[in-house]
Order: sequence, then C-alpha cells, then structure tokens
Amino acid sequence: MSKIWLIVQREYLTRVRKKSFIIMSLIGPLLTVGMFAVPVLIAKMSDSGKVVAVSDAGGLFTENLPEAKDDISFTRASADLATAKAEFKKAKYDALLYVPKLDVANPTGFQVFSRKGLSMSLENDINRAVNNAIENQRLRAAGLDHKVLDNLKADVDLQTVSLSDDGEKSSSTGISTAVAYFFGFLIYIFIFIYGVQIMRGVMEEKTSRIVEVVISSVKPFQLMMGKVLGIAAVGFTQLALWVLLSMGISSVMAGSISPDKVVEDRAARTTALVRPTTTQDQAAKQDNVAAKFSQALKSADLNMPLLIACFLFYFLGGYLFYGALFGAIGSAVDSETDTQQFMMPVTMPLVLTFVVSQAVLTTNPNGSVAFWMSMFPLTSPIAMMMRLPFGGVPAWQLGLSMLLLIAGFMFAIWVAGRIYRVGILMYGKKVNYRELSRWLFYKG
Amino acid sequence: MHKQYANHTALDGVSLEVPEGSIFGLLGPNGAGKTSLIRIITQITGADSGEVLFRGERLNPSHIGHIGYLPEERGLYKKMKVGEQLLYLAQLKGIKKEEARHKIKGWLERFDIKGWADKNIEDLSKGMQQKVQFIATVVHDPTLVILDEPFSGFDPINANLLKDEILAMRDRGASIIFSTHRMESVEEMCDHIALINRSKKVLDGPVSEVRDAYRTQTYEVEGRGRLIVVHPDFEVIEHKERENGHFYDCIRIVHGKPNDLLRYLIGPANVEVHTFREKVPSINDIFIRRVRETHPDYVPESDSILA
Repeated sequence: MSKIWLIVQREYLTRVRKKSFIIMSLIGPLLTVGMFAVPVLIAKMSDSGKVVAVSDAGGLFTENLPEAKDDISFTRASADLATAKAEFKKAKYDALLYVPKLDVANPTGFQVFSRKGLSMSLENDINRAVNNAIENQRLRAAGLDHKVLDNLKADVDLQTVSLSDDGEKSSSTGISTAVAYFFGFLIYIFIFIYGVQIMRGVMEEKTSRIVEVVISSVKPFQLMMGKVLGIAAVGFTQLALWVLLSMGISSVMAGSISPDKVVEDRAARTTALVRPTTTQDQAAKQDNVAAKFSQALKSADLNMPLLIACFLFYFLGGYLFYGALFGAIGSAVDSETDTQQFMMPVTMPLVLTFVVSQAVLTTNPNGSVAFWMSMFPLTSPIAMMMRLPFGGVPAWQLGLSMLLLIAGFMFAIWVAGRIYRVGILMYGKKVNYRELSRWLFYKG
Repeated sequence: MHKQYANHTALDGVSLEVPEGSIFGLLGPNGAGKTSLIRIITQITGADSGEVLFRGERLNPSHIGHIGYLPEERGLYKKMKVGEQLLYLAQLKGIKKEEARHKIKGWLERFDIKGWADKNIEDLSKGMQQKVQFIATVVHDPTLVILDEPFSGFDPINANLLKDEILAMRDRGASIIFSTHRMESVEEMCDHIALINRSKKVLDGPVSEVRDAYRTQTYEVEGRGRLIVVHPDFEVIEHKERENGHFYDCIRIVHGKPNDLLRYLIGPANVEVHTFREKVPSINDIFIRRVRETHPDYVPESDSILA
C-alpha cells in the first residue's frame, strides 16, 4: 500500500510541476470565460454609435423620430430623396432610411441605403422602428389608445414542473439542459485528457525501459494503480483550479460583460423599440429578465448537493474505468501509432454517448435509451450525469447504475492489470486482440 | 525451475545454487533463458513449477528489498532529476526517506558525481546515465545483486570503476549474479559459473573446478631449434615455424606428466625451451565443447554469439 502511495506521489508531483500543467490551469478558465465574453464583446462593439438618417417623404415621423437608443440614433434628413442622398454622402451616417409617400393600409416602398452592407441587427432595428410607427398610425386611425393596447398584450412566462413519484418539482428545461451538458462535457473531456495521459505515461515507462527496474520492486498492478490514481489526483487538482479561477475571473468581469447583462441589454432595447414604454415599465421588464435567470436556477430545483456528489462519483468512476483501459492499451503497444486500433473501441462509447445525448438524453431523459445508457458502465458516467439534472431518476436506478459502474471498473482494472502485466515486458511484437485475450489467462 | 511461454520453453529443469558472498556467472548465448531465470528471481514473473529459496526461505515479496537488479535494457525517467529519481527508486525498495537520502549522497560522492543530483536524466550522457542506473541498483545495499550485461555501454575507465565496486560489494558479503553472453568478460571475476543453453543448464560449479574438469593436458611450447616429436606419449596439435629458427608448438600429453614432456623436449628432442605453459581452456571453449557434447546437432548461429 505504501508503495502505491509512493507511486501516486511521483506521478502527481512530476505532472503538477510541469510547465504545461501550470499553463493549462491558468489558460483553461481564461478560455472558458473568453468563450462567453468574446461574442458578447463583439456584439457590444459592432452596434455602437450608429446614426440612421431618415428621409421622411411620407410624413411617417412628422411628430417625432424614433427614440434614440444607446447604440442607434436617428436624425432627420431632407425629405427629398436626391438631396437626402447627397447629405448622406457628405455626412457620416451609417444608413439612410427613405420613407415614401404611403398608404397606411398598404405601406410599401421603404428603402434603406447604406455604405457597406447593413448588419442584421441594424436592419432589424430599423425595420422594427418603421413597423412601430405604422402600427401607431393605424392605432390612431382606429381610435385606440396605445396604453389600452399595452394592457391587452400578454407576456407570460411558463413555469415547467416535472411531475414524478416523488411529488411535484418545478424545473426549468433550459437550465437543466445547460447543466446536463456542462457536467457531461466535463466528464467527457477529462476522461479523454487524463485517460490519454495514463496511456502516454505507461508507454513512456515502457519505451524508456524503466519499467523493468520498477516492477522488480513493486507489483505491476501496484504500478498501474499508482499511476491511475496519481493522474486522477492531477485531474481533480486541475478541475478545482479551473473552478476557483473561473469563479474569480468571472466575478471580476461580471460587472461589465456578463452574459446576463447583455441579454438584459438586448431585451431592454427590443422592448423599448417596440413600445415606447415608461421607464418604470422598462425597469420592471429588465428586472424580470435578470431575475428570470437566477429565478430559473432556483425554480429548476436542481438539488445541487446531490448533483455535485454524483458528479464527483461518476467523474472518478468513469475516469477509473476508462483510465484502466487506457493504461492497458499503453502497455500493449510500442509506439503511439500502434494505439489507434485499440483506442477505437474504448473511445467509441464515449463519443457515442455524447452524440446520442444530444438527440435522446436531453429530449427524453427518462426514456428507455437513456435508461440503458445510464446503466451500462461504458456510457453511464456521461449518460447518468446528463439525466440527473432533469430530475425524475428513481433512487434504485441511480443506485444500480453506481453499483454497475463500480463492478465495471473493478472488472476493467482486473482486465487491464492482466494485460498490463504481460504487455509492459513485451517488446517489438505487433499485438492483436487474440493475443490480448490470451494474455488474460496467462499464469503468474 | 520450469518456465513455458506460449510457443517455446524458456527454462527446462534448471537448478542452480548461488553461494553467498561470491560472484556467480550466469552464462549462455542470447535466448538461452538467462533473462527468464532472472525475472523469476526478481519476482517479475513466476515459474510454472519449481521454487526459489532465498537463504533457505521460499522467495516472497519481503525479499524484494534485499535484491538489486540491473536489467540489460537500461532505463530511467528522462524528465526526473538524478537525486529525486534515486530517492524514488530507493523508497520503492522499502528504505526510509532519510536513510535513502544519506545513502544516495554517499554513492554520488563515491562516484564523484555529486554535482549531478539536480540534473535531469535526459541532460546526461549515456555513460553518465549508466552510472546513475548502477547506483539505483545498489543504493539499498542489497544482499543479492543481479547484473545483466553490466559492462555494456561503459568506457574502459568506468568499466574498471564498476568492476572495483562489484568486487568491493562481494567483499562486503553481497552475492552477485552476473548474466552475460560475453563469457570472456566475466571469466576473471567469477567465482562460480553456470552455463545455460537452450533452456537447459549444461554446466555449473566453481570456476577452478570447471577448468580442471576440462583440462586437456595440452601445453604450449616456444623455443629455438628444430622440434620433431616422435614420441608415442605426445601428440603435436599445432606446429609453427617462426623466424630465426624459433618455433611454437601445441602439444597434448596423451600419457604421462608435464615434466615428462619437458624432459623429452630438452633431452631427446634437443631444443632450447623459452616458454612452457599449460593451455588453459577458456570458458568459451568449455562452453562450446559442452554444447557439442550435449547437443551434437547444435551449430552456433554465428561466431559472435559465442565470441
């Protein structure tokens, strides 16, 4: 036992001290935050400070121009199109909106001129402003007050509730899906990264021939387990660092460019353009959107402690299961190029779960495909983690799945240990599956 | 000891005894089964049948700390520092950290490589790595040291250093098993030898006894004059004329004693004798003879195997 501990220590320390580990630990969270932040930043930058000139021949905007938003403002140009075009060329307007003489009942002939192509969002905004103005005119013609209409309009949020044997639980499908993907993806990526590290580590020992020295001191099984556990510790360290750093970075950046805020911005702008509402209304609406996200998290009733506990279990279980298999592959081959044929059957279920999950797991988290996939140890670490956030997984299923995974990795480690023991001392021999299966039954 | 692999027999009833405090040469051509035997002693693999006794006790995992093994294929963790690596390997053998540190320091000083402790293995030359590997083998003061082709990769100066260390270890009471197919390289150091060929032991015993048993009563004679042997007791195996009337002869005594031959040479043959010495069979010669006796059909694949 103390020897396994020594091996774990070595595997852990040599990896954690590597520059690549430190760099990955620092860059990982930056990348994650960046993945959210960059699109947001780009979205923010591109639309700012656009000026749209309005050539209002039809008198649609005689009373007032559409309200300026922080990134788009309107200005009046000559009603004559030719003069307006000249003005547009001289001044630095981004777009020129031409409103022809029009019949309110059947408005046609609107034109938007721009120097380069028009961005999608700007076009939408202009379109909305025009629609809005026409609607207002029609309302007035029909003798309706704007306020009355606002009162008539409905904007209802649906609260989805999952009804299971355990009783009612409110849930939010969107949030559940996001959480399911998040957990599934983490497990998937970590099994891959660290599984391959085990394989490389074993191959390094084999090709550098240190292995014969080491296994004259420890049992091959101890060496393999030490390596698997040591690298697991590295994985957990990296995960913990990522979580901590991501939280740190995002809390710093949250003030300016968090995704929620941008969502709010967009929502607020849309509502503002559709309906010139009072500031109070707008504030209420904003609150609504902001609150919606955090409320959804709460109302999703995700049972976070259970999810995190299960995540750690499946993370470790899946890793041990696959790690042992990767270790066995590493021991059976002489070089990286030979690994392909053995990698395939090991990585296939992993990739498959992830692909299938998009089609089946998240849409029908308690269907029979989802059930079987969350039982089978090769797929259960990811499949079960993707089912859990949706709730409604009976305790017996969770228990059975965990038991099967434990049994699965015991078996995988046994198989891997048998292959490993023979493989690490086998050089210059092309190994195939028949050979591997024979190794399983070699004596001592 | 029996050991069977999928399609060949590695060891077929090999039984050996390594006396304590001696250097034991385990000799044989490539593929004879030496490495299989060593892997059984180091508990890397198990035997199909038979058992290993270590000081009268059945070999078990508690003996691992008493055995040091230098495999033929050397290897160390390339990206690990020399000091850390030695410490790790020593701890795996079951010594406490502090004690290991102390011993490593001693060995690094003895080999005059103290400054390397903080270098990565990959920054060292091949010869330097061999030294580190040797230290890793013996750092835990094993009572049984197994060296598989220990001199390969050493330059003559370091080979001498290594030889001295091995002799010093024996004098401290350790037993050393030397495995090699280059028999002449260990003849001078070994107290005992065993020859293995094609998974069978063909010969073993103390070197002097083995030599005695294979003495051929052949003597080399050098001198001046015209040597013509016409005596029925003596048979000339080889005769060479050299310049200035010198000669070299290889003579087997069919009957009688060396002194009889000497008397004949200076008497009836009437030649001037400058050199008279017994032609001692080399281990290599003995091996080839032994193999011919036990496997008459066996032809060595090439000279290099037995060279």
